[in-house]
Amino acid sequence: MISYAECSARERLALLLDAGSFHEWLPPSERVTSPHLAQLGVPCAFDDGVAVGRAMLDGHSVFVAAQEGAFMGGGVGEVHGAKLVGLLQRALRDRPAAVLLLAESGGVRLHEANAGLIAVSEVMRALLDVRAAGMPVIVLIGGANGCFGGMGIVARCADHIVMSDVGRLAMSGPEVIEASHGVDEFDSRDRALVWRTTGGKHRWLTGDCDALVEDDVAAFRAAAIAALSGSKPLTLAALEQEHVLLTERLHALPSTGTTNSTDSDEATLLWTALGIPDAQQVPELSVDAVRALRTV
Amino acid sequence: MQWNSLVTQLFGPYHGMREGGDFLQGEVIFDGEPVAVIGTTNHAPIGVRLALAQARVVLDTVTQHPGRPILLLIDTQGQQLRRRDELLGINRAMAHLGASIDLARRRGHRVIGLVYDQALSGGFITSGLIADACYALPEAEIRVMRIPAMARVTKLPEEKLTALSQSNPVFAPGVQNYVAMGGVRALWQGDLQACLREALAHTPTEDQRARDGAERGGRRMAAAVVRRVLDAA
Repeated sequence: MISYAECSARERLALLLDAGSFHEWLPPSERVTSPHLAQLGVPCAFDDGVAVGRAMLDGHSVFVAAQEGAFMGGGVGEVHGAKLVGLLQRALRDRPAAVLLLAESGGVRLHEANAGLIAVSEVMRALLDVRAAGMPVIVLIGGANGCFGGMGIVARCADHIVMSDVGRLAMSGPEVIEASHGVDEFDSRDRALVWRTTGGKHRWLTGDCDALVEDDVAAFRAAAIAALSGSKPLTLAALEQEHVLLTERLHALPSTGTTNSTDSDEATLLWTALGIPDAQQVPELSVDAVRALRTV
Repeated sequence: MQWNSLVTQLFGPYHGMREGGDFLQGEVIFDGEPVAVIGTTNHAPIGVRLALAQARVVLDTVTQHPGRPILLLIDTQGQQLRRRDELLGINRAMAHLGASIDLARRRGHRVIGLVYDQALSGGFITSGLIADACYALPEAEIRVMRIPAMARVTKLPEEKLTALSQSNPVFAPGVQNYVAMGGVRALWQGDLQACLREALAHTPTEDQRARDGAERGGRRMAAAVVRRVLDAA
């Protein structure tokens, strides 16, 4: 078993796809780097923190992108974002069997924040174009940096999300929320609380991810292969269904003011409301055991 | 600008728009045709509730009034920074709003964004930035982060960032920077009705922002990198 979390982006590509099949576009040798980081005197990466290209997965042609969390937390800058947009537009033109996004990102890269923000919205539009054309977009989340900010929204625009239990998917990071509203709002050093709020098990139980796997590259590969035929068109009916699900969830969680006990955990309350038995046990359970509990 | 004086300038004093809990909604008549208006005010933080409220009106418009243009009025301090919203999947609610707007566009609704006060980060990305195109008033503010906060987080000297922001629009706040980078298509000045008329008639349905950014010199690499990926052997 090889830990997906501990692999670099390129190790993931080498191990997850059919052996030797990854062909990279704009590889590091072409040195397409961020001009903005250079201007700020910040070290660049020759791939701007993302590798894009084509490959085979279980004999099927796929396009794939992998974000490198070790470079600026996988933050999206102008070049990084444009590589993702280029890959998605190329998928729309060349029609691979699927697009894989090995996401690991804190969201917009602050050093080029305006360009990153616009880029993330361009990625969203390009991704939704690919999805509308009937090609499944599959997002894999299991890196140490999680999938946050604009990339957390992008992930939820995809057809299919695979997460490990150590993976995290959310919008604002716990440190940002703590800095904004204090440690009582969100104690970012409380790892158990962070994972109950954003981690793979929680996202599985709420249906925010479509597959929950162990932190194992082979498990991610198997889940990605299983998702290859899973195009989910975004129809009006599908969006109405999504709206009902999110509205019911919003109302299922009692607002803080109405609970008597101040120490009752909101994640546990939500899981209980979703019909999960012995919800307080969830963090202690194995991935297999949690997988069997989903009600949505 | 206050939302009320904005819509009065756009649609006259009997516009019929209403405000409830930072949420704006109305069906207005412009040049004799109905337009659906959806917005937020008071620099609203966009949490799960406000994202769903906006999506609801978009989906209702698609169902009940096929083809009716949609105007998004943007004033937000960004996404709601609360643990409860994260627990409830705020990113999923935002994606749902974005996907709903995207569906409206695909079904032939013109969707126009207008930043009339301020637009930040997560509150902006699934509204104005996923419309057919986004416009702004000149006095509006668009940003991810102010320079002092950016200096703290990136550990770069504030003076250096301030100096660089004079020539590079890529990180500093300001609507002009977003225009230069193509994220905002144009500023609305003077006759706002003429601006809206022009936007409804001529806003492109394709995403032209990278190309605009290159032509305007504010985002020189994005379009070229996209092209290179498309052409790579």
